[in-house]
Formats: sequence, structure tokens, C-alpha cells
Amino acid sequence: MAMAELAQQQTAKLVLLGEMGSGKSSLVLRYVKGQFFDYQASTVGAAFLTKTLPELNVKFEIWDTAGQERYHSLAPMYYRGAAAAIIVYDITSPDSFTRAKSWVRELQRQGNPNMIMALAGNKADLESQRAVTAEEAQAYAAENGLYYLETSAKTAANVNELFEEIARKLPKPEAAAPRPPQGGIVLSEDTQRQAKRSTCC
Amino acid sequence: MNEEYDAIVLGTGLKECIISGLLSVDKKKVLHIDRNNYYGGESASLSLTQLYERFRAGQQPPASLGASRDYNVDMVPKFMMANGKLVRVLLHTDVVKYLEFKAVDGSYVLQKGKIHKVPANDSEALRSGLMGLFEKRRARSFFLYVQDYEEADPKTHKGLDLRRMTMADLYKHFDLTEDTQDFIGHALGLHRDDAYLTQPALATVLKVKLYHESLFRGGRGGVLKVKLYHESLFRYEGLNSPYLYPRYGLGELPQAFARLSAVYGGTYMLNQPGVEVMYENGVAVGIKNGADTARSKLVVGDPSYFAGRVRVVGKVVRAIAIMNHPIPNTDNAHSVQIILPQKQTGRKSDMYVFCCSYAHNVASKDKWLAFVSTTMETSNPEAELSAGMALLGPVEEKFIEVRDICEPLEDGSKDKAYISTGYDATTHFETTVEDVLDMYRRITGRDLDLTAKDPAQVEA
Repeated sequence: MAMAELAQQQTAKLVLLGEMGSGKSSLVLRYVKGQFFDYQASTVGAAFLTKTLPELNVKFEIWDTAGQERYHSLAPMYYRGAAAAIIVYDITSPDSFTRAKSWVRELQRQGNPNMIMALAGNKADLESQRAVTAEEAQAYAAENGLYYLETSAKTAANVNELFEEIARKLPKPEAAAPRPPQGGIVLSEDTQRQAKRSTCC
Repeated sequence: MNEEYDAIVLGTGLKECIISGLLSVDKKKVLHIDRNNYYGGESASLSLTQLYERFRAGQQPPASLGASRDYNVDMVPKFMMANGKLVRVLLHTDVVKYLEFKAVDGSYVLQKGKIHKVPANDSEALRSGLMGLFEKRRARSFFLYVQDYEEADPKTHKGLDLRRMTMADLYKHFDLTEDTQDFIGHALGLHRDDAYLTQPALATVLKVKLYHESLFRGGRGGVLKVKLYHESLFRYEGLNSPYLYPRYGLGELPQAFARLSAVYGGTYMLNQPGVEVMYENGVAVGIKNGADTARSKLVVGDPSYFAGRVRVVGKVVRAIAIMNHPIPNTDNAHSVQIILPQKQTGRKSDMYVFCCSYAHNVASKDKWLAFVSTTMETSNPEAELSAGMALLGPVEEKFIEVRDICEPLEDGSKDKAYISTGYDATTHFETTVEDVLDMYRRITGRDLDLTAKDPAQVEA
């Protein structure tokens, strides 16, 4: 029965990519917990956070980089099987925009070809220090088929909109690749319980 | 990076990444560095482009093989026993949630030039061509004895003292033929040669039990060897072999443990070709990396970072083949293991064939990968692999590599250099995890308690 309930809800792995300090963790924390700290510690300390959007029947598993991007050492496993990626840059930092573009190229080369990609110009509240124009980012996003928004984890501007639009863009479950695939075994608590039930005799 | 760390770890092979993960969870400050620009060190899984860079420098992979990114070719092919130690570590650390596994379709064994499926249940055992009818009866009483055997319960010993009696004597007791002995010792007990015959029978009986329990997941805490195979088979219902394999290849395993470390604050730096260990009075005190240095209480790493502190103990030869078809006579399996016991090929050590396919996201659509490996005995590695290669049928591409297996000269207590041992030719991860647990004990002074999250115990 639990299987049937789960089947209706789509679980989608969502990853955040972008330069250290562009505000990836802050965006996640704002979206999932409604919190913001001026000095957010680098690591969330959790494997991933989840957020359910009942009206769209989507459950996001949101993965943080855990700081592995700091020395350009993010494991490909991180974005393996991701249904969606948010590439974050800081509108006050041209370097972070350059880095965002290189992440887009990396995902185009290595990632799941059906992945929904969004480009988020974060720290939009710091308008006076802006160094990347919205026009430039918009043009780049259009060229590469990315959904684009400027966000502020601090004021919460456009944060819910960003995640909700991604949820709407996700391919419908029947069209999406099955996960786990046929014959796949996920060594989770569930499988263990299942295994237990069949251990009689 | 110019800071002080509790531990600096060099090389992102599976062993090093498990250590980093465990130390980070213990709240140790860890810096983990690799000279390569990819994760996995010796135990990486390579894309097609990386594979050609390594074996055919300057050559482009032919278009007929498909996209480079579809490939994750294991440099050290192994399967995981469903009830084995690696699964225990994955559950203990919760790293399982980053990974997806598929059951391996079948395990086969070579006997008199033909391959036979290792039976995974009673009806397969009845149909199997491995033994004649009378031999099957004798083998059955042996297996019933092994299944019932409990070390702590003398009643189940039936008057035999397995601590003293050799395995050869136990075979004799059940009147088993040499071919049956080969099958039990190598395909179930997973011994690499025949040295076990003259040793006490207990270790082998426990290994066969594990095999059985991995298939049917009946046992708990089995560390003995035939026991290992049976325990792994019983672990998940419907398995055709006691083995599991992760989607996207074994290279996912080190990455998953590296992520565990990072989630607990570990710092990761790839692509640092100049990194080297810094010694003071012969004691490892940190690393040099160009103009940078970082100090630490101890340094952990694979043998390639510790020249002069390791010795070569053997050589493994491995062939990697890309094919357009499954291995013949394996029921079109997408994943399979074939064990070639030493006696069947006239060698001193066993040979192993592994196969997995695009179904595991390790190759392009309709491609299979096969690996043939053995401990090297002569100076002609390719000829040594011929018995295994002959089972594959036509291959599209073939790469052959000889690797030194190194082990540390010292245990690290004096020089604070904790060095892992190279990956041996075994077909599974039991020895890999034993080395990791031993390193963990040497580094921290205590045993890793894997029982806390042992599923069998939790459910008991």
C-alpha cells in the first residue's frame, strides 16, 4: 500500500551548483525552513533536505554541495540522476557568473540530458553593488535553454517562485525515467523490512 | 589549506574515502587530496575518454562505441556480497542513501571446460549439471551440515572438530569428488587457491554459510567464509546470486564516502599533481603542495603516495573488454561472475571473469563490459588470461594492464603514515573492508562498532 501512495508522488533530486559564497545554502535554507542568516556556515551538515509541494505532487530531495565545490572537487555522483539543477551566481560578482557558465557547460556535457536547469542570480537585494546585468544573464539563459530568475535569499524575493516553477517544469512521472529502475535494489530501511518479511522458513 | 588538520588523506580510492568518512563523522578535521582530477584513485570508474587516455594515449575512441559519458569502466572490478562487510559499513554510515544497487544475475564456475551456474536455490541445484545424481546426494548432506552448523552449539558439530580437522578431511568425510571440492572451495568459499585444504575446516565452512545467507539473508554476524556466501544469497529474496553492484559503477562508492566526509566538514582537493608527504625525522607531519604546506597529526593514503615505505607483494593482470553481446552460455545475463578454479586451468591461482552492461549505466546502449583478472604467475600476462578470454566470444576492444600490489612496510604507529594495501584479485570487497577496519583501528586505537546498525541485530 505504501508503494501505491509513493507512486503518485514524484520524488525529484534537485542539486545546487555555483561558486562558494554565491548563496546556494542560503537559498535552500530560505526555501525549506524560511530562515536566513547573514553569516551562513558553509555546510548544512545533512545529506539532503526534503520539501514536499502537495499541490504539484512533487517531493524535492535538495542536495547541498557540502563545500566540495570549493577547490573544484565536486563529485560527479552529486548531480548523477538529478531531475533538476539550480546554477547560482551572485549578481555582485562577475567571477561567480563566469563560474556559473562553466557549470552549465559541465552539466550539458556530463549531466542527465533531460535535466531541468535554472539559472539564479542571487543577492538581488544588493542592487547598488550589481556587477552582472539582468539583460546579460537573461540572454545567456535564453541561448542555453535555462529558466532564469533573480532571487534574494535574504528578502525571500522569488525564492518560492524559483523552486515552484522547476516543479512545474518537471516531466510527468510516467514520462520520466523510472527510479529505481527495473530490478534495482535500494538498500534502505524499506528493503530491509521487506527482506525481513521474506526471511521465514 | 595552510592550516592544521587531524588527518590528511592522500588518494581518493575506496579505502581512503571510507577512512575519511569515518574520521569526519568522528568530528576529526580532515583534508583529502588527490593528484588526479577525478575521484577513485586505483578504484575509479573511467569514462571512455579517460580509458583511452590511460591505455591509448593520443587515440580517440571509435564512434561505434557510443558516447564517452555513458561509460563507467571499473579499474578494480569487484562485486559486493549482499550480507558482506561493505554492505554493513554502507548501512552503518548511512551512505547507502546516495547509491542504488542491482542484483548480479548469476555466478558461474568453470568445470571441465564448461561453465555452470552456481545454484541459487534448491530447484537450480537439482537441475544443475555440476554434479551427477549420487554426488548431489553427498553434496546435499554436506550443505545441510554447513547450514545447521553453529560454532557455539556443539550439538550441531555432529562429533566433528572443525577447529582441528582440515578442510580436505571434511571433504573426505562427506566423500566429495575433486570437482565438487573445487566448486565448494572456490565458487562458494571464494578461496583464491588451494591452500585452504590443509587448514582447519572451520574458516571455509563459515565462508560457505555466508554465501548461503547472502542469498537468503538468514544469518546474522557471520564472519566465517562459506557461511559468507550463503548468508549473502539469503539476504534479499529472489536473488540469483549473492552479489550486488551499484548503478554507474564501483566508482560511485568512493564518491559516496567522500560526500559523507564533506557533509561532516571534510575538505576536498582534486587535481593536485605535485602533492607529497612531508616528513620530519622520518615521521609524517603533513603535506607539501607546491608553495603550500599543511600539517596534520597523521597522514593516510594509498601506496602510490609513499615511495620507499611500501613493497611490492604481487602483480595482478587485468583485461578489460567492450562487447556487443553478453558472455555466451550465461543465459544472456547483464551481470555475471565466472570463477575459474586454479585446478581447472592448471594454474596456481584462480581466474575471475566479471561482466556488467549498459543496464548498470556503465556502458553505451547494447554494450557489455567484461573483465578478466588473475594473480600473475609468468612474464606473459596476456597468455595467462587466455582461459578467461576464451569464454567471452568476440570483443570490440580490449585493454590489458599489469598492476603491482603494494603493502606498507610498517603499521604507522611510529611514522604516523597509515598506508593502505593495494586491491587484490578477489572478486568481492571482504578483504578491502578488512584492511579499512584494520587501518581505522591503528589510527584511532579502537574498533569500529559495526553491530550498532547491523540490520540483523536491529530487527532481532
